[in-house]
Amino acid sequence: MADTKIALKPADFQSSQEPRWCPGCGDYAILKQVQTVLAEKGYQPHEVVFFSGIGCSSRFPYYMNTYGMHTIHGRAPAIATGLKVMRPDLSVWVITGDGDALAIGGNHLIHALRRNVDMNILLFNNEIYGLTKGQYSPTSELYKVTKSSPWGTAESPFNPVLLALSAGATFVARTIDREVKHQRDILKQADDHKGVSFVEIYQNCNVFNDGAFADFTDKKKQPETTIFLKHGEPAIFGTNRDKCLVVENGKLKVAHIKPDGELPENVYVHDETSLEKALLVATLFGPADQVPRPFGIFYRVTKPTYEEQLRQQRERAKRKMGEVSLQDLLYGSETWQVK
Amino acid sequence: MGEERPSVTVRFAGDSGDGMQLAGINFSFESALEGHDIATFPDYPAEIRAPRGTLYGVSGFQVRFGKEEILTSGDEVDVLVAMNPAALKRTLHLLKEGGILIADSDAFDAKNLRLAGYEFNPLEDEILKQKYRVLSLPITSLVREALKDSPLSVKAKDRTRNMFVLGLVFWIFGRDLNIAKELIKKKFANKPDVLDANLKVLEAGYYLGETMDIEVPKIKVAKASLPRGRYRTITGNQATALGLVTASKLSGLPLYFVSYPITPASDILHDMAKYRYMDIVAIQAEDEIAAISSAIGAAFGGSIAVTATSGPGLSLMSEALGLAVMTELPVIVIDVQRAGPSTGMPTKPEQADLLQAMFGRHGEAPLIVLASATPADNFYMAIEAVRLATTHITPVILLSDLYLANGAEPWIIPNVETLPKWEPHLWKGNGEYKPYMRDEETLARWWAIPGMEGAQHVVGGLEKEDVTGNVSYDPLNHEKMVKLRLEKVKRVAEDIPLQEVNTGKEEGDLAIVGWGSTYGVIRSVVKQLVEEGYSVGHVHIKYLNPFPKNLKDVLTRFKKILVVEMNMGQLAFLLRGTFLLDVHQFNKVQGVPITERELKQTALKLLK
Repeated sequence: MADTKIALKPADFQSSQEPRWCPGCGDYAILKQVQTVLAEKGYQPHEVVFFSGIGCSSRFPYYMNTYGMHTIHGRAPAIATGLKVMRPDLSVWVITGDGDALAIGGNHLIHALRRNVDMNILLFNNEIYGLTKGQYSPTSELYKVTKSSPWGTAESPFNPVLLALSAGATFVARTIDREVKHQRDILKQADDHKGVSFVEIYQNCNVFNDGAFADFTDKKKQPETTIFLKHGEPAIFGTNRDKCLVVENGKLKVAHIKPDGELPENVYVHDETSLEKALLVATLFGPADQVPRPFGIFYRVTKPTYEEQLRQQRERAKRKMGEVSLQDLLYGSETWQVK
Repeated sequence: MGEERPSVTVRFAGDSGDGMQLAGINFSFESALEGHDIATFPDYPAEIRAPRGTLYGVSGFQVRFGKEEILTSGDEVDVLVAMNPAALKRTLHLLKEGGILIADSDAFDAKNLRLAGYEFNPLEDEILKQKYRVLSLPITSLVREALKDSPLSVKAKDRTRNMFVLGLVFWIFGRDLNIAKELIKKKFANKPDVLDANLKVLEAGYYLGETMDIEVPKIKVAKASLPRGRYRTITGNQATALGLVTASKLSGLPLYFVSYPITPASDILHDMAKYRYMDIVAIQAEDEIAAISSAIGAAFGGSIAVTATSGPGLSLMSEALGLAVMTELPVIVIDVQRAGPSTGMPTKPEQADLLQAMFGRHGEAPLIVLASATPADNFYMAIEAVRLATTHITPVILLSDLYLANGAEPWIIPNVETLPKWEPHLWKGNGEYKPYMRDEETLARWWAIPGMEGAQHVVGGLEKEDVTGNVSYDPLNHEKMVKLRLEKVKRVAEDIPLQEVNTGKEEGDLAIVGWGSTYGVIRSVVKQLVEEGYSVGHVHIKYLNPFPKNLKDVLTRFKKILVVEMNMGQLAFLLRGTFLLDVHQFNKVQGVPITERELKQTALKLLK
């Protein structure tokens, strides 16, 4: 198959359907980046399957010239699991949103992560229900006023990265719709990862929750509010690159870097392979004016995938039992003859 | 050598930890091996180890065997084993007058009598002794005596009491102990002390029959004249699992089985998980929603995708089944029904999910509904479910129930070469692919699977335009698609057998109509009535949606129609609604099978 492949362009992954997202929606940017990554990685459209649930982002498969299924609310990870287990040869993607993945589909999400099914789960997080026109979601901030919370919510939001790490995901990353290069790089690495990849993408809903992530995208604010994590490197940020994260008593704090540029001894150096560090840095989830928000790859380790373990089990069982014909199977262990 | 009977029913009853199921299974298998036809009914509580001696902890295993065709596990029992007072209290009403009662008198102590609600020891009751042949034996003491040299603890020794009664029952029926011994050797191969104790106690029970002071009756039951061939015993759940593996091999499609544990369907999952060496995938999902969902994903990927569940699980699957109808993907759901609603009586049989299977979805969401009639029939109906799903590219629900799932019968093992083969309705890549192009005859859409070059497509829950599969809100298109999906299922009637009168007269005064596990009891009653000169036929419906084309014609050849169900009249409702037929009903929802006697009485009233 590989030698017959022709190099494709992003547009070759575009279906004939006109996207029907609102003008200005962050989803357009993500669609474009996914198409770019697929082309760059040399996939053919028939080797790729997109599953989605319900919500604005879940229209995604219609706009791809690949195989796809626009499924039901919250179930895409389960549906994708069934396909991947039977068809490990295909590249499987799940497109989901904060309501789809974290409210109605929470159970399937954590089990897909726990099992390490080799697929890419892209969670478009806009902190609102868009398709149903503006109710709060499991990632909306506490006290947020929406149509369904006119007096403000009374529930704290999920931190999706922390949830994915706790559920046992083997690749966990966060990126943002406006940072197309960063996004493309993360998506590419997510697809490179053999095992489940969980990518939270902050995505602006310009109709129902406009500016939800402006603190992290505004070019003036961004240097102070974001930390782009890099493996093996200290976590430095700030307009003048004069701040860093340090570990004090097991907690992360912001420290100033001395004018001579010498880093404090306890500076936080990111290590993708450390769950402890990933969990620690994921806890940075406070208000943007107080706590910088980390982006990038929090965690990446290789573990056997679910479908591979199932395959190996099957092979072991076959070796142990030897060749069993269907007729032998029907006979079972105890039979008798009536003459 | 004792009295001779055409058939005999034995019931083993005791605490749920007393090994009654094991004794019953062993006895049933030995009966089948001796050449009898058999039918079994394991009847156990939901509690795994209920407190000892309590009424709700009683576990029973009933087996009927004989020379004639054995269709039910029997209304009444000829031999009752009661390991304690609670077991006696719960089951004595089943014992025929003059029947043999075997009881462990050691277990009839003050505490157990009180737990069972007896104010006196029933074994000392003169009326009981007059009415039945009572073998009140100090079984616990006899077992301990037989094992006085065994290194086992007293508790472990007492656990072999089931083998003692099994030995005694074997003696009553003049059975060969060797087969039972072989089975026990297999069961305890890794526990030599336990094996040794079980064998010793089995023999002690057997030879007690010869040495006892009191007379133990001997009963002779002639062998059945079963058709020639190689046999095994099979339960409904075993048959379902084997049928699914067989369907995969016959169709050449990979098999994906997924399930969330639920009584009484879990044994299918257990078997399928074991059968991984047959190159199948069998996994346990996080819930029933995930089970059906992942099956839909697997079906999209070109596999035979099957899930097994019971009523509450089927309810959880409703939404996803709507997606399977909309995307027109061949998923198969096996619903092993139990008494509901809600958790209901999870270890008791009922047939009350028929209307859920028919209509339990939002929107117009027709699918194929099948029901197996006997334990072994699950093998053939599982294959049929797969055949219809992968030929007509539609979801299928196969209804089984607890009585079929756990009940066993001898099964003549088919030669796999003789089983039907079929060609799944797969897209072969000729021409341009559109997801909702259809076969002209069946209206099945073509099943193109990911990985096929040039057949990329997106399916989903939104209404689609006919042929192209593009999302469409066009009013006329929606109506067209609703009608197409309905018509596709209706046309399955062209691909299923015509309805036959299963037993009795082809026309006449009364049709007794059933579906599912009532097959045995209806057949048995119809045979009796026909022998008595009545003009009665048994019509058993295995294809519930669509119905066989000629069903109405068959039914209207009879003056009266009696629909027999373990629900409040769900098939009756469908027959009335579909054919405007006036039907009589016999309904029972007690969590116990319908008896021959009660059905016969009802039929006779209608025949007057």
